[in-house]
Amino acid sequence: MFNLILRRIAIAIPVLLTVITLTFLMVHSAPGGPFDEEKAVSAEVLAKLNERYNLDQPLSVQYFDYLSGVLVGDFGPSFRYPGRSVTELISIGLPITFELALYSILFALCVGVLAGVLGALRPNTALDYIPMSTAMIGICIPSIILGPILILIFGIWLGWVPVSGWGYMPGDKILPILTLGTAYAAYCARLTRGGMLEILNQDFIRTARAKGLSETRVVVVHALRGGLTPVIAFLGPAMAGLLAGSFVVETIFGIPGLGRFYVEAAFNRDYTMILGSSIFFSFLIVSFNLISDLVAAALNPKLRD
Amino acid sequence: MKLKYLALTICLFLFACGENIPPVDSSTETKILYLGNGTEPKDLDPHTVTGVPESKILMALIEGLVIRHPSGLPPIPGIAESWDISSDGKEYTFYLRDALWSNGDTVIAQDFVYAWNRMLMPSLGSKYPDMLYDVVNAEKYNKGLLDDFSLVGVKAIDDKTLKVDLKNPAPYFIELLAHYTTRPVHKATIEKFGEMDSLGNQWTRPGNFVGNGPFTLEEWKLNQVIKVKKSPTYWDADRVQLNEIHFLPIDNVTREDFMFRSGRLHVTSTVPTEKIEVYREEYPDQINITPYYGTYYYRININKKPLDDKLVRQALSLSIDREKITEKVAKGGQDPAFSFTPPDPNSYFPPTKLEYDPEKAKELLETAGFSSDSLPTIELLYNTSEGHQKIAEAMQQMWKENLGINILLTNTDWKVYLSRQNTGDYEIARAGWIGDYQDPKSFLDMMVTGRGNNQTGWSNADYDNLLIKAANSTSQKERFSYMYEAEKILMDELPIIPIYTYTRIFMKHGSVKGWNPNLLDSHPYQYISIENK
Repeated sequence: MFNLILRRIAIAIPVLLTVITLTFLMVHSAPGGPFDEEKAVSAEVLAKLNERYNLDQPLSVQYFDYLSGVLVGDFGPSFRYPGRSVTELISIGLPITFELALYSILFALCVGVLAGVLGALRPNTALDYIPMSTAMIGICIPSIILGPILILIFGIWLGWVPVSGWGYMPGDKILPILTLGTAYAAYCARLTRGGMLEILNQDFIRTARAKGLSETRVVVVHALRGGLTPVIAFLGPAMAGLLAGSFVVETIFGIPGLGRFYVEAAFNRDYTMILGSSIFFSFLIVSFNLISDLVAAALNPKLRD
Repeated sequence: MKLKYLALTICLFLFACGENIPPVDSSTETKILYLGNGTEPKDLDPHTVTGVPESKILMALIEGLVIRHPSGLPPIPGIAESWDISSDGKEYTFYLRDALWSNGDTVIAQDFVYAWNRMLMPSLGSKYPDMLYDVVNAEKYNKGLLDDFSLVGVKAIDDKTLKVDLKNPAPYFIELLAHYTTRPVHKATIEKFGEMDSLGNQWTRPGNFVGNGPFTLEEWKLNQVIKVKKSPTYWDADRVQLNEIHFLPIDNVTREDFMFRSGRLHVTSTVPTEKIEVYREEYPDQINITPYYGTYYYRININKKPLDDKLVRQALSLSIDREKITEKVAKGGQDPAFSFTPPDPNSYFPPTKLEYDPEKAKELLETAGFSSDSLPTIELLYNTSEGHQKIAEAMQQMWKENLGINILLTNTDWKVYLSRQNTGDYEIARAGWIGDYQDPKSFLDMMVTGRGNNQTGWSNADYDNLLIKAANSTSQKERFSYMYEAEKILMDELPIIPIYTYTRIFMKHGSVKGWNPNLLDSHPYQYISIENK
């Protein structure tokens, strides 16, 4: 196990370095700069700004300066927001994105597992078909379409919930969680149903039933433990996907999360912010994959060496 | 059983949310104004920001010598109670009223001297220093040709008297003083959090901010909300009827529309183009279309062939059916452009009305020695946006039909679009300009040789001279007559082809009173109230 962790960390370092180098080269080769504005700035002002943000140095110097900063945890100042560092922006956005991802995955688990279990208990009945076809639709509708539809129905026509924001008004977290969580709930439902169907046909379940245990106890205590294995394996990548992919939902609902800062930084040529968030997202994805590998290894001894 | 409980919980949850009263509905009691404010402000430092969203917030937080008139008439006294102007129009003496900063300090004339010094410091990198270039030696100081600020024409005679010397009479000077870049800042606060010229100074954060305006900064949640609260120290606090204003940064038109419809906003910053017609029919009392001091135009790079030929540019302009564009394409109540400067019914009215005459256009093209076969394909550059795309397509079709010119449409993201214009790497580019102050100078100065926003490569000595003469004229009438002549040259040479005059299109809730249409779309919040419809 220890070897596995060491090996994965050894791989992670060149991965992150490649991400930094490629992103650095790409942002600097993109046409247009952070200080291009509609009201043209004079050459003197532009020179001052470039000097202040170290952009007057040769690219190689900038690159090594940046790398040495990153090593000590300094991601530099944001170009878009004077007076705010990239670290500050990430620390503003990350808790919100994380909260959104966490609630969405909880929603996905609750709804998905329930629907999956029901489907598996009554296979090929309405109780199976309806949730499973809804799940299929859920997987197919992208959040960019689902979001506005939910806003129209629940936010505008029915007027039940606020249409945007995050913690600004009571209830404004509901629609984003539904939008982001639906596809994952659908995956969970299908994975649970598959896992449960396999387990429910096994001998130990028949034994449990024969011993006269209640159906609830059979399902919740005996079957679910095994039936949920595929769902647990899915959680790691799902969490990484939720964190990195939340920017669409953040944009639709105006949520001030990290995803929105990231996209905005790209449009504004906020070099340091683009780099900082890229590094951060890569780090998250690498970590979640590592965790998910470790969990898989813990469950399956064959994977340990 | 479990399912039943779950269903019940969900129902209860949704029902509980259903009890929410939209903020706009309760605002007659709370007196909180909710405004859609475009993109997230970069900062709230009046000397370094440039955007419209920033200007809307700064209007609540800091007051200058004068404030904009709520109905668009000439500016009215702000911190300056009154002022004298010498007979040659070059000496301004401002008499300050008893006003306080939000920390209780008195606003003094030295605050203005300090602020203007800061704004003009080359090391601060302000993008609007030209607002004060009419002041004696201001330009030299800003360009680093002069180190001693005491030689710049702004002096505090005593705590309550500010004297400004101009290098030329500038009848629009009072207009400039309503712009946020000329407003004072609180010296002790700036220097508590950094140097006088340090960029990204933390003084603009809530808790640190010291202003002298009708509101104080309460909260700034990035990408979420900026809340300002009625200031008890404001000199005219009795007039202020709002308790708070929430500026919501919304850069997505559709979301802003959803928010307005669900009662989260009183006033939006725009309206989705496809909804304009529907809302005009269904909500005529909520949709507002008002004239705006801005021009939508096409910039021509005159260093590129065949666009270096004036006749070709004239032919291009003559073959644009501007009425068709405003009525069938833009559809937001815009007016076909008269000229570069938007017409101001109360003062300057530009000289031309740009014609549509395809026959004459063809003749001009032939005179210039071109036929439809011999003309190369011309590239039309615009930043990615549905509105610009529709207009570009209409132009492409008109130029093809009327002149046989092939136009290649290129859309790029905002920064690429700006950078290509800055470096002259374009042939024709869409552009727009909103006047910073209500005077033709705000437009015509841009086309002077070598100015940062000229970007066309166009240079005309007669034009430059007429604007210098205008700057030195003592009477407004004389000044306008020079500008009129200059604009005639501009519209004959056509380094820019005006298309339409902007309108401001926005939704406004019926409970908002005192929000009067004006050309600069400026609405001092002390004149706004929320009342039952």
